[in-house]
Amino acid sequence: MKTIGPVLVVLGCILAIWYGAAVLLNAQWERDQAARADSTIGWAEIVPRTMAQERPVLPVPHQVAAELWKLTWGEEVHGRKGLVRSGSLSNRGLLLHAWVTFSATLLGFAIGSGFGILLAVGIVYNKAMDASVMPWAIASQTIPIVAIAPMIVVVLNAVGVSGLLPKALIAAYLSFFPVVVGMVKGQRAPDAMQLDLLRTYNATPAQGLWKLRFPASMPYLFASLKVGVAASLVGTIVAEMPLGGAGLGTRLLAGSYYGQTIQIWATLFVAASLAAASVILIGALQRGTLKRMGFGR
Amino acid sequence: MTEKATPAVITANDVELTFQTSDGPVHALTGVNLTIEKGDFVSFIGPSGCGKTTFLRCIAGLETPTGGELSVNGMSADEARRARAYGYVFQAAGLYPWRTIGGNIRLPLEIMGFSRADQDQRVERVLELVDLKGFGKKFPWQLSGGMQQRASIARALAFDAEILLMDEPFGALDEIVRDHLNEELLKLWARTEKTIAFVTHSIPEAVYLSTKIVVMSPRPGRIADVIESPLPRIRPLDIRDSAAFIEVAHRVREGLRAGHSDDV
Repeated sequence: MKTIGPVLVVLGCILAIWYGAAVLLNAQWERDQAARADSTIGWAEIVPRTMAQERPVLPVPHQVAAELWKLTWGEEVHGRKGLVRSGSLSNRGLLLHAWVTFSATLLGFAIGSGFGILLAVGIVYNKAMDASVMPWAIASQTIPIVAIAPMIVVVLNAVGVSGLLPKALIAAYLSFFPVVVGMVKGQRAPDAMQLDLLRTYNATPAQGLWKLRFPASMPYLFASLKVGVAASLVGTIVAEMPLGGAGLGTRLLAGSYYGQTIQIWATLFVAASLAAASVILIGALQRGTLKRMGFGR
Repeated sequence: MTEKATPAVITANDVELTFQTSDGPVHALTGVNLTIEKGDFVSFIGPSGCGKTTFLRCIAGLETPTGGELSVNGMSADEARRARAYGYVFQAAGLYPWRTIGGNIRLPLEIMGFSRADQDQRVERVLELVDLKGFGKKFPWQLSGGMQQRASIARALAFDAEILLMDEPFGALDEIVRDHLNEELLKLWARTEKTIAFVTHSIPEAVYLSTKIVVMSPRPGRIADVIESPLPRIRPLDIRDSAAFIEVAHRVREGLRAGHSDDV
């Protein structure tokens, strides 16, 4: 409860800066309009108008909030295609798109994390993989995802793979890397003494993995998963841009085609909330797991 | 103590170990000859760099000698390791923080494939043996350093190996706790009749605990003196004030000084 004051102050500052910036950025359009009508216009008139433009350079917070409300609750409850009237989520609202993006994100995250863990085990247990895999993994992350995503989507479409999977694969492409790095580090966390201890028991490598290396790497794994799930969401959104159909990426692109800045911002907020929710979820999973494992102190 | 009555458990014959480093070879051990009999409590004492820990690791099969013969239970050291012939206690307790004390003691039992019921029974038994009854469900961080080290001894005892190898197990503990654990260790040794090899750098600890004290000296690591202790097997703490004790301690000190004379 002691933190609520500072949090509110920071939030207030952000909102104040946002409103200020919106007024400054949108003012020029109002002056141009006034000039076109052969009149001059003072700040007293400019300020309220900058907060009510249809296509502002920077929409103000309450515009974004209203748009968010309209595209979620409003669309589903009152809209012709909404949940209440049609029984399914509206393709004009954001919930459907958020769900499509989120499911691809989760699938991609699962694929990416699984692949990352397998790769990390390979790197730790196999000298050849240790020397050869990491440079490629790093190289894979230096390629801009925006450049490679359309190609992967097109190639997969050509071989008959479409729908969720192409997007999920691009999400996996981004999310496997932090998991590899974290899990390699985590599995190498046990010191020489702990490894010697297992040798005195004549433990098999598999026992070493399950009883020592995996448990020891759990704190590292969760840190990586948090980064990975956010990267996964970014990958999905980027992959959706050239695709069409449903998804937050598609909506963002459509918004920028038609200059719907308020809609873009509303969509961005949904994406950000999805990322935040995922990270919080993993954080909760982390606390629960580590506490049960006795790391909690 | 005749050789026939008590069979040799560990015999070292001219054991040598040379590490190849970028600065040239380092002679960690040269010409080590030693016999450890069943039921012996043997301490290795010497300054750092004398190879006492290295020799213990050779017995454990964690290092491989580059020369000579070393047999443990009639096998090579590595075969003995694979046959799980010994329990090893390290300088630090090294308990897994994600396992309870009971879970830590269970670790070797799980690896060696003991049945679940047998595991439970053994965990209870060794917890009692090291005086930690009722602490099985606690996590390591809830215990003091001395208790953690006792738990690690319990872990080494759990699978009933005949040999116990201990590498400065009490080195990081304060003297009061150390005295107490020394006394406990002697009782444990008397009850379990194990053969114990014990590395230390404390002269009173070595004299108090051992039936045989191996004094080692560095550069190259070698045995300077082997002292058969005349002290009785049952030793109360105040035996350390007896004349016999002081005499043995004196001889150990002499041995250490002789080994050091060339480079002091």
